[in-house]
Amino acid sequence: MNEMNLSVEPGLAANAVPDAVAVERTLGGDRDAYRILVERHSQNVYRLAYRMAGNSHDAEEIVQEAFLRGYQKLKQFAGQANFGTWVYRIAANYAIDRLRQRKVEDARREQPSRESEDGSEIDPLAQLKDAAPSPERLAGSTQLALRMQQALGELTPAERTAIVMRHWDGCGIEEIAATLKSSTTAAKNTVFRAVQKLRIALEPFAEGGRAAKVMGME
Amino acid sequence: MSGKNKMEHLMEEQLIAFHDGERSDRERVSAHLASCAECRAALEKIEAVFAAMDSLPIPDPGENYGQRVWAQISSRLHERQPSSWKSWWESFFAPRRLVAVGAFAAIAVAAFLAGRFWGHPSSGQPPLDAAQVRERILVVAVGDHLSKSEMFLVELSNAQPNSASGKLVNIAAQQKRAGDLLDENRLYRQTALQEGDKVMASTLDDLERVLIDIANSPQEVTPARFDSMQKRLASRGILFKVRVIRQGLQDRSKPAKQPAQKPMQQNISKGSSQEGHRA
Repeated sequence: MNEMNLSVEPGLAANAVPDAVAVERTLGGDRDAYRILVERHSQNVYRLAYRMAGNSHDAEEIVQEAFLRGYQKLKQFAGQANFGTWVYRIAANYAIDRLRQRKVEDARREQPSRESEDGSEIDPLAQLKDAAPSPERLAGSTQLALRMQQALGELTPAERTAIVMRHWDGCGIEEIAATLKSSTTAAKNTVFRAVQKLRIALEPFAEGGRAAKVMGME
Repeated sequence: MSGKNKMEHLMEEQLIAFHDGERSDRERVSAHLASCAECRAALEKIEAVFAAMDSLPIPDPGENYGQRVWAQISSRLHERQPSSWKSWWESFFAPRRLVAVGAFAAIAVAAFLAGRFWGHPSSGQPPLDAAQVRERILVVAVGDHLSKSEMFLVELSNAQPNSASGKLVNIAAQQKRAGDLLDENRLYRQTALQEGDKVMASTLDDLERVLIDIANSPQEVTPARFDSMQKRLASRGILFKVRVIRQGLQDRSKPAKQPAQKPMQQNISKGSSQEGHRA
């Protein structure tokens, strides 16, 4: 049998190489074997990253960083789960960190703090409701999409991560809890809170019909 | 029982858990929903949130995205070099050994599939080379997958649950099929991406989103949500796309009168040549 070189014959060999073998080869010092993993899983990680970040630029940075961190931590992987799930979780963790960092920076810029005139803390749920434009202004699918984007941006990093993982990627509560480094009960509550906030944010659209109707999906 | 169900409305958490397909307390929630219009309306509001989320577009980074990511990070990998390599990895997982294992597995699978789909080579026909065998395997296997997907989508699109009754529609069977198709679909989409087949990868990507949508739905949905699912199927035009690609593959999988001389990296959906290997 001819000896095949994984890194120079990506056709049949690369396609047939399971993730575990590519990981092992990378750990064995063949850096190009990591390419198989990057090319195979980039699209999936990008979808998560885009939903977390809300824009392509940040999403692409998250993807790159996730694979760089994956490479650096590859020894820790050592067959714990499938590589796709593992790098997905790295991306989710990095995306949360970025979101948290951005929230802190935004909060610093947006002085004064979130306190009402009488000094009591503002209820974010009530604020979401108040910030919502009137139903008249919200006619049409573009506004709903924009409102949804805005509402997703107003979620806390943990809430956004939880709802993205739960709804779009169908992750189990245990996996979300592992990513959020919380208990399953806390993770479940985070999902509920996220949905509740989004529901309130879209409340004007729900009056007199479902949001889906406004979006032209009905 | 029904009187008890009517006594208290469901909490939002219960409705969200129900939407998520959570099993605990499902029968009681389901029974309550059947008799409580207010809670059904509340559930519809939650479903509307998810429908609005689904409608947010994700830009396609392009079928060569993985290659682009590699180009962007490969020169930076040395900065992130794992601190130390374990020596036993190097000896135990020697590249040569692993390549041999990988190649053997690939050939064994290819041989099995080739035998299954084409049987023994007919007399007078020159034997197919590995690239031709592989291409044919992909054509037939993907064609088979698309046929099954098409049938599934047709059945789902044409299903007519009794929406007048307002009762929940059980889609457990459809979810199971969607889940099965999803596993296959991921494999073929990745293969199409690796082969640089834009049309196929894009169609399989669209199909995957539809299948995820169905597979991740709760086992029981409101008639309104089922209707919304059907309309989303129609609006995405996925059935048409699948049909076009599947028919193209069907034509290609017919026994050729002359042995194919196409290179391995040709499109499995179009047959047009691509820019070449990704090496």
